Amino acid sequence: MTKNPTKLKGAQILLECLHREKVKVIFGYPGGSVLDVYNSLYDSDLQHILVRHEQAAVHAADGYARVTGDVGVCLVTSGPGATNTVTGLATAYMDSIPIVVFTGQVPTMLIGNDAFQEADIVGISRPCTKHNYLVKTVAELPRIIKEAFYIARSGRPGPVLVDLPKDIIGAEIDFEYPEKTDMRSYRPTYKGNRRQIIRAVDELAKSKKPVIYAGGGVVLSNASHELGLFARSFQIPVTTTLMGMGCYPGTDSLSLGMLGMHGTYRANMAVTNCDLLIAVGARFDDRVTGDLNTFAAGATVIHIDIDPTSISKNIKVSIPIVGDAREILKEIIEVAGEKKVKKADRKVWLDEIADWKHKHSMDYQMDEVIKPQYVVEKIYELTKGKAIITTEVGQNQMWAAQYYLFDEPRRFLTSGGLGTMGYGFPAAIGAQVANPKATVIDIAGDGSIQMNIQELATAVQYGLPVKIAILNNMCLGMVRQWQQLFYKKRYSHSTFARHPDFVKLAEAYGAVGLRAEKPGEVVSVIKKALAVKDRPVIMDFVVDPEECVYPMVPAGAPISNMILL
Amino acid sequence: MRHTISVLVDNRPGVLSRIAGLFSGRGFNIESLSVNETLDPTMSQMTIVTRGDDRILEQINKQLNKLIDIIKVVDYESSGSDFIERELALIKVNVDEHKRSEVLSIIDIFRCKVVDVSRTHYTVEVTGDENKIQAIIDLFRPLGIKELIRSGKAAMLRENKIKG
Ligand SMILES: Cc1ncc(C[n+]2csc(CCOP(=O)(O)OP(=O)(O)O)c2C)c(N)n1
Repeated sequence: MTKNPTKLKGAQILLECLHREKVKVIFGYPGGSVLDVYNSLYDSDLQHILVRHEQAAVHAADGYARVTGDVGVCLVTSGPGATNTVTGLATAYMDSIPIVVFTGQVPTMLIGNDAFQEADIVGISRPCTKHNYLVKTVAELPRIIKEAFYIARSGRPGPVLVDLPKDIIGAEIDFEYPEKTDMRSYRPTYKGNRRQIIRAVDELAKSKKPVIYAGGGVVLSNASHELGLFARSFQIPVTTTLMGMGCYPGTDSLSLGMLGMHGTYRANMAVTNCDLLIAVGARFDDRVTGDLNTFAAGATVIHIDIDPTSISKNIKVSIPIVGDAREILKEIIEVAGEKKVKKADRKVWLDEIADWKHKHSMDYQMDEVIKPQYVVEKIYELTKGKAIITTEVGQNQMWAAQYYLFDEPRRFLTSGGLGTMGYGFPAAIGAQVANPKATVIDIAGDGSIQMNIQELATAVQYGLPVKIAILNNMCLGMVRQWQQLFYKKRYSHSTFARHPDFVKLAEAYGAVGLRAEKPGEVVSVIKKALAVKDRPVIMDFVVDPEECVYPMVPAGAPISNMILL
Repeated sequence: MRHTISVLVDNRPGVLSRIAGLFSGRGFNIESLSVNETLDPTMSQMTIVTRGDDRILEQINKQLNKLIDIIKVVDYESSGSDFIERELALIKVNVDEHKRSEVLSIIDIFRCKVVDVSRTHYTVEVTGDENKIQAIIDLFRPLGIKELIRSGKAAMLRENKIKG
């Protein structure tokens, strides 16, 4: 407890608590019920980024959290401000991203009266937050904020919403910030069960064809180093999910790339044929497994995850280990050392994988028109694989995942679980705020970018040099691809007759606009964009409208059934 | 399989809707539910009766545990422990001239209580396990039940009878 309590208003308490939680920046949008907080912000050192839509505030906080590993914070008003955050909350919830969203609320006395700008945001957000609170007295405000941050970042991270009635923000009280939280009803497990770890090591010692299947949990628990050590010591090939991208170096010889619906041939074949599947911080999502009956059917499955509900939810697991990925990987390495597990000779297995790689590697045909894959490849080369890449949703997202190789975690920001179009640009803003010097590029589709295009104004106002690479195919590419393959090319409402001129649009906002119409122009456009350091840039790449993402596993089919190029 | 799950929760507003939302959102069903404060007023005890195969029950237990306000979850069936389960029913049964004696003898046999009497109806209170309550309802039904209210189930472990 702090020694000398001082009288503070709820609004000041909120800011003081943020300070104690080491929050450096918040993303927000003001309105009637949070005016007291904004009034206090006027005198505060806390950086506030004024977005142009509350959904973008949440995605930006989410992007900030993904690159830094810290909790992202938002502040919005009641009613429409609060409801505008829902997609952002659901996005963060599905991908287990630690954020805290503060919403204004009508005064306690008016709650339930259909007051002006009242929305039951606690009720609305219940299924898409890890936890949420309606603050009922100013006395409980410090404890609730402390708990909110603790819940958001601990265990399996996730979004927490705190609803602040106007009278509570205005009320005064002696402020004391609790040093610690102690919640009898919330105690996440971090250490793995020793017996299960020993069993896992025994299975590893027996295995001839092991595969590691690594997901977002490895990124969230900062376990990349341990994963690398583990994979290399025992020569285990690693495939990552969309969320796990970069948690194992994509350029390493043991890397199989991504698995699943648009995974690499070798990753899907390796998982289908392995005798031991070690899942770390991954949740057997249907876009990964395809047909469950044939997914790693011949393998013993070890599943390491901090969330017990993820284990044996979709697939029967032989060795479940609940806990923090990093702690458990460390222990596995230790136990394997104690048991003197031999560094296996994997030549046969790795040769088999090399054959698959040789047979079908990621590829596309060059043409007169720009191929979207080519654009991603060039971005990769010209940024030397060091950029922070965000994506929208659809083909752009899959090509980014396939053609940009990440050697480090927290470099690839994408809405994996919810698949939220409009995520990438505001997330890039959050990432750029966290790393003003980094190169941050949103690989976008011409559809998705229009879902949060208004944030160009935000990026211009704060001089954020975010780059947007629109793979402009004049259609909702991924929808068109499904219609092409599964609906007899009946392109129902998936093509655009007209777009704004993206170059002029960028200029209207005060950003830089560039366009490439031929393959020969791609490199120079990217170079020009990369040279801009003080404002956002839109690169409009006019690409082949017919291009499809391959390989592709039809939904629900075995992942070895790939439609190849 | 039917399972009786006991859930100890922090006594905070919104806990019930979190649990109800979890069941509806994930497609689990609730057959019966009862909630009340415990000896310690900061906690509430819920008894939930639900149905599902092993995989679903495993998920229900884990998902309940995952909710932040939940302190403890015990699935009585899965824990292999012996437990007592009771519910209460209030039955307003028709007692015209010809039926009164039959109603009274059923009440006697089942050791229920008459808690309210009018010229035409008795309100009968029964406590017991589900079978007993169902049996009485089946016997009263041909005589004419005007109204029926059943509580959720309350369940408790038997002392010292854990089977291991
Ligand atoms: C908010 C939202 N609405 C609808 C969808 C369904 N959807 C998935 S991909 C896609 C097409 C995206 O088109 P575009 O942004 O142009 O990207 P492309 O696939 O062409 O790269 C749509 C509509 C979605 N994921 N998110």
